[in-house]
Amino acid sequence: MSDEESNDTTEPLAQDGADDPDVETDGGAVDPGDGVGGDDAGFAPEEPTAGEDFEPVQVFPDDETMDLRPGADDCYKCSTCDVNCPVAEVDDDFPGPKFQGPEQWRLKQSDEEYTVDESITSCSNCMRCDDACPSGVPLSQMHNEARGEYVDEEMSLLSAKYWRNRILANYRISASIASLAPGLANAAMNFGPARWVVEKTLGVTSEREFPAFAEQTFREWWTARGGAAASRENAREARERRGEPIDADKRVAYFHGCYANYNTPEVAKALVRVYEHFGYELVVPEQRCSGTPMFANGMLSDARRDAEVNVSSLADLVDRGYDAVCSCTSCSMAIRQEYPELFSFEGTGEVAGSTFEALEYLRIHEDLRGDLADASVEGFDDLAYHAPCHARNQGLSRQAVELFRELDGVTVEDVGDSCSGISGTYGWKEEKYGVSMEIGEEMFEHMESAAGETGLTECPTCSMQMEHGTGYEIRHPLEVVEEALVGDRAGA
Amino acid sequence: MAIESDVLVIGGGLAGLSAAIAAAREGAHVRLVSYKQSTLKQASGLVDVLGYVDGEPVADPFERMADLPDDHPYRIVGESGVREALALFDEVTDYRGGHTDRNALVPTHGGTVKPTARYPASAAPGLASDDRDALLVGFETLVDFDAPLAADHIEAAGVPFAADGATVRFPGDLRADAKVTRYAHLLDEDRAVETDGGRRLPAREALAERVRPHLDGHERVGFPAVLGDDDPAGVRAALSKGLGADVFEVPMGPPSLPGLRLADRLYEALDEAGASVETGVPVVDYEGEERVERVLVDRKGAEVPYAADQYVLATGGLVGKGVESDREGVREPVFDCRVPQPADRYDWFEDAVFGDHAFARFGVDPDGELRPTDERGDPEFENVRAAGSVLGGHDFPAEKSGAGVSLATGRAAGVLATEEL
Ligand SMILES: Cc1cc2nc3c(=O)[nH]c(=O)nc-3n(C[C@H](O)[C@H](O)[C@H](O)COP(=O)(O)OP(=O)(O)OC[C@H]3O[C@@H](n4cnc5c(N)ncnc54)[C@H](O)[C@@H]3O)c2cc1C
Ligand code: SF4
Ligand code: SF4
Repeated sequence: MSDEESNDTTEPLAQDGADDPDVETDGGAVDPGDGVGGDDAGFAPEEPTAGEDFEPVQVFPDDETMDLRPGADDCYKCSTCDVNCPVAEVDDDFPGPKFQGPEQWRLKQSDEEYTVDESITSCSNCMRCDDACPSGVPLSQMHNEARGEYVDEEMSLLSAKYWRNRILANYRISASIASLAPGLANAAMNFGPARWVVEKTLGVTSEREFPAFAEQTFREWWTARGGAAASRENAREARERRGEPIDADKRVAYFHGCYANYNTPEVAKALVRVYEHFGYELVVPEQRCSGTPMFANGMLSDARRDAEVNVSSLADLVDRGYDAVCSCTSCSMAIRQEYPELFSFEGTGEVAGSTFEALEYLRIHEDLRGDLADASVEGFDDLAYHAPCHARNQGLSRQAVELFRELDGVTVEDVGDSCSGISGTYGWKEEKYGVSMEIGEEMFEHMESAAGETGLTECPTCSMQMEHGTGYEIRHPLEVVEEALVGDRAGA
Repeated sequence: MAIESDVLVIGGGLAGLSAAIAAAREGAHVRLVSYKQSTLKQASGLVDVLGYVDGEPVADPFERMADLPDDHPYRIVGESGVREALALFDEVTDYRGGHTDRNALVPTHGGTVKPTARYPASAAPGLASDDRDALLVGFETLVDFDAPLAADHIEAAGVPFAADGATVRFPGDLRADAKVTRYAHLLDEDRAVETDGGRRLPAREALAERVRPHLDGHERVGFPAVLGDDDPAGVRAALSKGLGADVFEVPMGPPSLPGLRLADRLYEALDEAGASVETGVPVVDYEGEERVERVLVDRKGAEVPYAADQYVLATGGLVGKGVESDREGVREPVFDCRVPQPADRYDWFEDAVFGDHAFARFGVDPDGELRPTDERGDPEFENVRAAGSVLGGHDFPAEKSGAGVSLATGRAAGVLATEEL
């Protein structure tokens, strides 16, 4: 199967906002242009992003990849990154981020014979090392690049592992098919004998339950509800109620990602209702996968293909004064950090600079803290909160705990700073399952010793791991906010 | 709108933590924003207040503070400022040394003996002023600590006891470059490991068994500082019992478990004091003239405004990136405060490696209230105070004053900021 073919399986997604006078419907057109599909050689990020005013010295002529030398040179070997790496902590054979990053980068540049070490596939792309390095070495950027090179040059396109990774990374495509008949898919995917075959042939662990597909995707709900026109109506009413100018410029584009669309539409709906409550009108533009699972599997051309759609679609809206909000912290991480590090589509930087996590955005523009302090919720147990690694990297790891501190009717306990261990597709791989659960052990224990039996997190795969390890039900902070602020109006 | 607080502390090292804890305890709504992890995780975990003046070891740091230059941070916060900061530190940690003004002498992994003001409980039985004979134990796989060599050096330093060294294999077959946290977690969890005779024993017991043949009547045994992360006290107690000798830790180079433990403890104390914390994102810019109205935090591309009444700049020195240098000069990148420096770049250094380098003292120049000043000596902003390594006027590696300066100026900045509210 070539790239083109895998592209064909994607459903056509209409650009929303067709009924919005301010949004041109051709916005975000999928112009295959340069190298969408097929052309892998097209991956050659133009700009070094490490060290802003650095003038690259061409030490390695004819080199097409980005020059990360200033980043590598900033490393003074303190090993803080190694100590923070959750994989190195439990897997003695993993040489750690310092090797994968600055050391391997140097080896790669200085020795023509050097091939990227296989251990790069054991890095889960949690990006904790990035956060740890006191010297600003762009570790995850180095890892993403090395992983891409490993997959391109070392991995056989005929191997089961390659295809297993490719299928896992392109979750959206499987999900879009499965959601055509969610009942059937739910039954089939967790059917024991079939799972055994999948484990043996593809190496997808049979230990895990596949997440259930919703009967109605978020996008279906959104369209049935009246799309952007209905949202504009709701937002106007809310502004009137709040005593704000009726024509206030409160418009956001929602990047829901795959999981909220196919698996947890209740999270996406909560976002819509909370935003409309604050008087924001939403559009739900055309979008593909954010790319996180593709970066983590070294499938950079797949990531590039989807990122191009996302950037062009969001860039049009950003141009028109919209900001973008995400309910998944890995999606916002990808758009904000990984896109500018790896790609240079027109508008990449503008989109990154206008993208926010959903509650973060309300904290900046509204008195969310005050409103929550005056509100109360019912129906939520005491919550055990886990901060996803990618939330931590955006400075959001304490946000939910601090916001809900003053909210009546719920207690939120932070279960500590360990990684959940699943890291997207990582924990789904048969050979990584054990490591993944070992990393998660600390979180499971902390959850179990916390009061209450409901978990809280922003990340869909962390929530799978939390549920898998403890049997708890897991909620999203947006659902708590919806319950606290929107209350009875939730029917809309 | 912006994300608001009374006091915004920029930087999450010892100085920022000390400022934020002090301000939150005074009742302010405090938010601490830090970019990367602080240098605490590379530091020994010892709290040095003043170890050397003019190259001579100092017995009582408080006695010598008056001999420091006028622009030294200790002269600005005063002896009482240092004492109050240490009192706050003692209250929130389980460190030792508070019973006396005199410096303790702690053996380090290089075999030197270091004058320090506060040390972790785990280092207490190892003090060089104690006259019990000591056995130092190193691990084959942990090459940073050569126990026999360190023991020789310590004896040569003239300590009042005999020191011997032994190297053993750490139970559990760790690889040669295993992360220090691997040792610690193995001992924390006390999981069963294979021993020489093919038996399986809990890790702590297995380690004690390997050390016993070398004990030879020594009353105390020092290990590299990898004895537990979550439960260091439990690990030490079990080893002490297994060996029938007092067990202590020898502080190590980076990455340092005592530093990690101290950072964890201080972040807990910050949480207990009710402060808010955000890490992983840098402050990159500010708005305002005489007063800073708000700062901008770079959240991976988007610039998010944070407003506060008072600000504490605790962004560290050259390593922490609170002070930046290039061929053009040296600068403080957040507020662009003045950093005094010789005009000629060749005057930044001395020829000797450990000479009196100007660069070691680079930092902002504060007024009596710790506000960074401009060329005329006036505060750059009414509501910005600086603390820790971002301050000039001291040379922490030469003086052995790093943690002390950070704690003292941090606390003072936090209290002064709260008084303005
Ligand atoms: C290798 C090493 C060993 C040491 N050993 C000892 C010792 O044995 N004893 C001793 O007493 N002292 C020691 N020190 C010194 C001591 O650790 C430091 O002096 C002290 O901890 C400095 O604290 P600080 O808070 O000023 O800065 P740092 O610890 O450097 O912290 C600064 C923080 O500010 C953050 N930051 C920087 N810029 C921004 C920004 N724009 N926005 C937000 N955040 C920002 C950084 O990410 C960092 O977290 C050692 C230092 C090092 C580097
Ligand atoms: S991204 Fe995570 S798993 Fe990978 S090297 Fe860094 S810390 Fe380790
Ligand atoms: S934390 Fe940064 S400076 Fe330290 S070893 Fe890792 S990459 Fe190098």
